[in-house]
Amino acid sequence: MNAVAAEPLVALVGNPNCGKTALFNLLTGSRQKIANYAGVTVERKEGRLRTASGSRVRVLDLPGAYSLRPRTPDEQITCDFVLGRLADEPRPDVVVAVVDATNLRRHLRLVLALRRLGQPVIVALNMVDLARRRGLPIDAPALGRELALPVVETVGVRAGGAQSLLDYLERQHAAPESAVADGVDAPARAGGRAAPLDEAAAVAADMASVAADQHEVERILGRLGLEGVPADTPSDRIDRFVLHPVVGPLVLSATLFLVFQAVFAWAQPFMRAITALIAALAGLIGAALPAGLLQSLLVDGVLAGAGSVLVFLPQIVLLFAFILVLEDSGYLPRAAFLLDRLMGSVGLSGRSFIPLLSSFACAVPGILAARTIPNARDRTVTILIAPLMTCSARLPVYTLLIGTFVPARTVGFGVGLQGLVLFVLYAAGVGGAFAVAWVLKRLRRANAIQPLQMELPTYHVPSLRNLGIGLLQRVEVFVRRVGTIILALMVLLWFLSSFPAPPAGYPGPAIEYSLAGRLGSLLAYLFAPIGFNWQISIALVPGLAAREVVVGALGTVYALSAAGSDVAGQVAPLIARAWTLPTAFALLAWYVFAPQCLSTLVAARRETNSWRYPAIMAGYQFALAYLAAGLTYHASRWLLALP
Amino acid sequence: MPPDRPTRPPEKTLGLEELPLHTDARIVAVEARKGHEAADLAERLAEIGFLPGERVRLLARALFGEPLAVRVGSDTFALRRSEAACVRVVALPLRVLRP
Repeated sequence: MNAVAAEPLVALVGNPNCGKTALFNLLTGSRQKIANYAGVTVERKEGRLRTASGSRVRVLDLPGAYSLRPRTPDEQITCDFVLGRLADEPRPDVVVAVVDATNLRRHLRLVLALRRLGQPVIVALNMVDLARRRGLPIDAPALGRELALPVVETVGVRAGGAQSLLDYLERQHAAPESAVADGVDAPARAGGRAAPLDEAAAVAADMASVAADQHEVERILGRLGLEGVPADTPSDRIDRFVLHPVVGPLVLSATLFLVFQAVFAWAQPFMRAITALIAALAGLIGAALPAGLLQSLLVDGVLAGAGSVLVFLPQIVLLFAFILVLEDSGYLPRAAFLLDRLMGSVGLSGRSFIPLLSSFACAVPGILAARTIPNARDRTVTILIAPLMTCSARLPVYTLLIGTFVPARTVGFGVGLQGLVLFVLYAAGVGGAFAVAWVLKRLRRANAIQPLQMELPTYHVPSLRNLGIGLLQRVEVFVRRVGTIILALMVLLWFLSSFPAPPAGYPGPAIEYSLAGRLGSLLAYLFAPIGFNWQISIALVPGLAAREVVVGALGTVYALSAAGSDVAGQVAPLIARAWTLPTAFALLAWYVFAPQCLSTLVAARRETNSWRYPAIMAGYQFALAYLAAGLTYHASRWLLALP
Repeated sequence: MPPDRPTRPPEKTLGLEELPLHTDARIVAVEARKGHEAADLAERLAEIGFLPGERVRLLARALFGEPLAVRVGSDTFALRRSEAACVRVVALPLRVLRP
């Protein structure tokens, strides 16, 4: 405890999207997510760095804030911390005010507000490479003289780009008093820590001074020869198309459509290779081990279960590659701009777009990202509908069913039917979310139009390094999921599906006699009206823990139901024989709305501080899923003229 | 920028939302229309850079006229019409030459 308290505490503070997290990653060796839009970081992240002389420093990365007067839950975190309002955390010893060197006009205002707090402040002039490339005469020492604060140059996205900041922290640690620059009042330091600031005073000081600060910024920029504003930047030229009222929406639709086509078509060769590998492995084990429990556990439980989920790795990598490139380029807030009006028609704003888009990866970060939404009602609605965005865990279920039941042919213009069906399923999720938001808008008192005030950042060419790190992390997460939770659930399911063993001479497959088989036939009463057999019913249960498990669970249940295990690892041919088309379509419809996984419910509980919203969420999703699956089942039976 | 300044600036001011696309303008005032929420809105606009004296330009209007993409200083923000209406501007003569 004492050792921790003795470590100096450094906090990174700045406007949104100025590169705080990139700097944090450089300083601490962390790999926190970075992207080109405001509001990527919505939590306080902590790391440690070791200076060249070996002393340790605690580093905090805080969500971006436009001012010290918070409007959103994520800004609140930053303000509480900087103003020392947290009981469990002292105010930082040093505030690193991170500013975007290409946009000092806005970023310096926050520096002035931070300077007034009387804590030691050092300015990190970030993205200084970009500023120089644009021909801006950046002069760190001169800026330091004008601000009466130490100023260092940093490049958050380049290895070694934080060296000057590290050197400064090192010197400062050696002689702490030097951190307080000339002309700035030393803070009242109680026991080596700055005392908490009076809240009202801080707010008043901030508000009274926005305009005054702007004059001071103008003066400083004038002295540095930086007063001009860019006339027509490359970003503006791109925006003439991207934000165009007609061309813009077309570009957006084409982009999204390309993503789904690519996820389906480009991943196929890799998926076939993994399938072949797993089948070969199953063959090897089948040949090496005598038929029996161990062989069944490995082949039916591990390979047919966890292996059949691993097959979807290439698709998940591709999906994330697209998402990461879109995030890094600065396009996402533009998409939010284009969709704002549409979202407004169901009572949401463009501010909900990025949380909802994040939910295509996973609803949990999506629900967290809703912290950037200023309005409490909008935030709750966004959290409630986030799980209707098709998360990457549902991709394996979709792919398996589409790959098995939808013929692989084109519908013209090089558009594949399978990719098209996938697009329709994603669209159905979005449509469902809009419908729910619309109903919620009707149910609740409509409030005044909420402000948008969304930053449209300068476009960047996506960084290959960032993309590589992001993809590696996703692969790691996915493989770890398959190796831990999914594998464990599969082994558990295999156990439940194998025991108790049936008495000798039992006529049907052994699984019917097992615990899972009996539970499945009970659940089948509930699900038979919407076309699900007992095998599907039982597979839905572990799917609550992690949705991909459904695929593996079907693999295990069917592998154990089959007469021989010669088909292990190949779920598709089994279900192709066992299911009718309406059943397959009903299951697809079920998974568009399916009650989400437990971690989503837990995240919703944490973010809304009550069980009320997670309960509403689970309830309405179950009802929607049941309704949609039932309608699909009966409609497609009628269309196909099945009995 | 006191919201109820009695004297208006002599130039013809217009709401930012009325400005033609790609026309340079200068902010004269940022004022709340009505109510407490609106006052908060004006403050927030000031905080993100909509301050008297700053140069602004409309970069785009989305389909159906909303939202607006606005250049202020060296930033671009998306605003709704109602937000932009809080920002009073005077259009600058075309092709202002900067030293």
